[in-house]
Amino acid sequence: MIGLASYLCFFVTLALIYGVATLGLNLQWGSAGLFNVGVAGFAAVGAYVSAWITATPVDTHWGGFALPIPLGWLAAMAASALAAFVVGAATLRLRADYLAITTFGAAISLELVALNADRLTGGPFGIAFIPRPFAALSDQPLAFSAANMLLVAAVAGVVFVALERLTRSPWGRVLRALREDEAAAASLGKSPAKFRLQAFVIGAALIGLAGAMQAQFFGFIAPDNYLPVFTFQIWVMLVLGGSGNNKGALLGAVVVWGVWTASGSLFNLLLAPEWQARGAALRVVAIGVVLASVLLWRPRGLIGERATVSRHVE
Amino acid sequence: MSVLTVETVVAGYEPGLPIVRGVSFTLSAGEILVLLGPNGAGKSTLAKAVAGLVTISSGTVRLRGVSLAGMAAHDRIRHGVAFVPQTGNVFAGLTVADNLAIAVNILPRAERAGRIAAMLALFPDLAAARRARAGLLSGGQRQMLAIARALAVAPSVLTLDEPSAGLSPKLVGAVMQKLREIRDSGVAILLVEQNARAALAVADRAMILAEGRIAHEGHGASMLDDPAVAGLYLGRRV
Amino acid sequence: MNGQIVIDGMTSGAMIGLGAIGVTLTYGLLRFANFAHGEFATWGAYIALVLASLLGTLLGGADGTIGDLTFGWHLLVALAGSMVLTALLALALDSVLFRRLRRHGSGMVLVIASFGASLALRSLLEFGFTGQPQYYSREIAMTVAIAPGMRATLDQLVVLGVAVALMAGTHLMLTHTALGRAMRATSENPDLARLAGIDVADVVRTTWLLGGAMAAAAGVFLGVTVQLRPTMGFELLLPLFAAAILGGIGSVPGAMAGGMIIGIAEAAAVPIAGAQYRAAVAFVVLLVVLLIKPTGLFGARER
Repeated sequence: MIGLASYLCFFVTLALIYGVATLGLNLQWGSAGLFNVGVAGFAAVGAYVSAWITATPVDTHWGGFALPIPLGWLAAMAASALAAFVVGAATLRLRADYLAITTFGAAISLELVALNADRLTGGPFGIAFIPRPFAALSDQPLAFSAANMLLVAAVAGVVFVALERLTRSPWGRVLRALREDEAAAASLGKSPAKFRLQAFVIGAALIGLAGAMQAQFFGFIAPDNYLPVFTFQIWVMLVLGGSGNNKGALLGAVVVWGVWTASGSLFNLLLAPEWQARGAALRVVAIGVVLASVLLWRPRGLIGERATVSRHVE
Repeated sequence: MSVLTVETVVAGYEPGLPIVRGVSFTLSAGEILVLLGPNGAGKSTLAKAVAGLVTISSGTVRLRGVSLAGMAAHDRIRHGVAFVPQTGNVFAGLTVADNLAIAVNILPRAERAGRIAAMLALFPDLAAARRARAGLLSGGQRQMLAIARALAVAPSVLTLDEPSAGLSPKLVGAVMQKLREIRDSGVAILLVEQNARAALAVADRAMILAEGRIAHEGHGASMLDDPAVAGLYLGRRV
Repeated sequence: MNGQIVIDGMTSGAMIGLGAIGVTLTYGLLRFANFAHGEFATWGAYIALVLASLLGTLLGGADGTIGDLTFGWHLLVALAGSMVLTALLALALDSVLFRRLRRHGSGMVLVIASFGASLALRSLLEFGFTGQPQYYSREIAMTVAIAPGMRATLDQLVVLGVAVALMAGTHLMLTHTALGRAMRATSENPDLARLAGIDVADVVRTTWLLGGAMAAAAGVFLGVTVQLRPTMGFELLLPLFAAAILGGIGSVPGAMAGGMIIGIAEAAAVPIAGAQYRAAVAFVVLLVVLLIKPTGLFGARER
């Protein structure tokens, strides 16, 4: 019973961590129309930075400053924000899909650095012994998982409320106006590039925070946590939940993470060991088909965006 | 006899938001019908509806009695309904020769070279610039190429959306003179214009469109002196 | 720069250029960056693998080799078959997914969809063939000296020659045939193309067929000179985008030149930065192009 309850806490914790990343992506895509294909890269930046700052020192790689966890998370947000600033400043003035291609390239390059810069990142083995929050409770599994869940839920709650206020503020309205009709909004004297860059940077900071929380929660990180499929999962969460809607982003994260873990357990149960790698591949196929189907038949997701006036000229 | 028959046409870009609200007229071979009106009156939309670029929600467009309903733009040109848009009316990255070659590609192979030669004879400026990229032509040459491209397939109806836009008065005169020559060869011309004075000078008939409906009809040059026409332009002198 | 780098870079550059043709043409025509394009190369390579082994089974006996190449005529037939089938795959993906989404407007939704399609297509191959590398042939590739300090395998030389011929053929088709003119015209101004009697839907179909076929060839050549893996096309994607943007969107000679430049830059970077960072070279080139000249070498239009 305690096992099930603490598993449930574990599940909710991870789902909400993905939820924070999805909220960040929602600010970028849902509010500002910015297409980020490098979600995994920004999450990796957050994860590694927080790991360096909070982990205990080892002589195999850099970092290990054993500083408090909140400091690690703040630094993670700052580092991801900085990475987004660099990428965004270079590409946001160009066509929208150049941002997509650039973030994609950045994520691939960061993955290469994580994999190969052993002295910095621990190489393929990554970084271990990352302290978990509430480590003092670790001999009481339920209390430990529940405390972690509450912490992550509190963070997700703060992020949610902050984003709700932000998207309803004049700043959020300008963003949406820019997404709908750039020329009209620009003619009101709003600099599109500045607003977009701000949204992109804040969104990336949240994705970095999610990466840091995930690292802290797992206790270790490795480059293969941050493959393109991670980006893909966050996108499916957002699109399924309903982009442009913060509640949808959280709901999408919980639903998709639920289906993902359930199907994983099912495959583990049903498939012979030699078929499990293939089963994992099939799971990605299925989620790709789900994404395409949602885009085709339910483009507004489970909960669509609140109605805004939008004009489409064929 | 009338080549083009437009009957109570309603058209627009979005369902429920008609821009053209029930317009009817006929157009005969060897006739220039000028369509005037203030900005937003629906002139361009009507022209695009005839060309097949804008969907008609009710009413009909007939070519020699045959309805064009449901016919895509690329099929209408094959049936002889040509359109010269106001902007983006030449393929700027292609040469003058390629622009014309694309146009005549829908004709039987044997006729193509002859039609290109006829166009180059009609527009001598283009003959000299055959190898030039269309994007490098002057405004006047560009407009001539746009007309030549549409005319190359020997259409029975030629619709033009503000061919005088952005041209000097001298060039506007040259364009109108060309249209008169084209009309005299038997083509039915629907001319959408802002420049009422220049357009009415060549018009056989003219209509003024306001808020998507025909507000006034008249016969060519006589309309220049009609006070009602000036009134429809909201006090603008014509 | 040493000659070996040039010859190695040109071989992989030719494959990048072949793949980039489809990227640049669909991008120019449909205005979206297709993240699934790399998968056409992967599928092309695996389809050829299946066709070649089917041929072997049907005709009995293994495929011999042509001269000192590592492959025989079975693979050449399989290459042709794979180009046709992959072209149809590209067309099918357009009609079930992209064409429907185009009707709703927003170009970026197409990019998300292509990203999803890319993962699904790749994982489907991983399901069918596992992640283990496969080879068309177990023969040892013979190398020849072309110049002092420059050696290339015969395979490389044949691949380079065929790839350049395919690219040149595509370019001639676009510049010298009515269909090619129609494609260029539609890419520049779809509305005017309609008014000129061009069936835009036809042009879109042709573009997918051409892009898919060229990507399949790139995939097969990659399989001949390196190996087949389900991730091979995905790893090619960044170089493809970089080559298309470097060359100028919509330009086939640009894609060719862009591919060569990326290929040689990658080969040149290996001795300096190490082979493990090879994949980041295309990203660096891409950033430099976007910062300095986002229209690319042959691009006329700002995008």
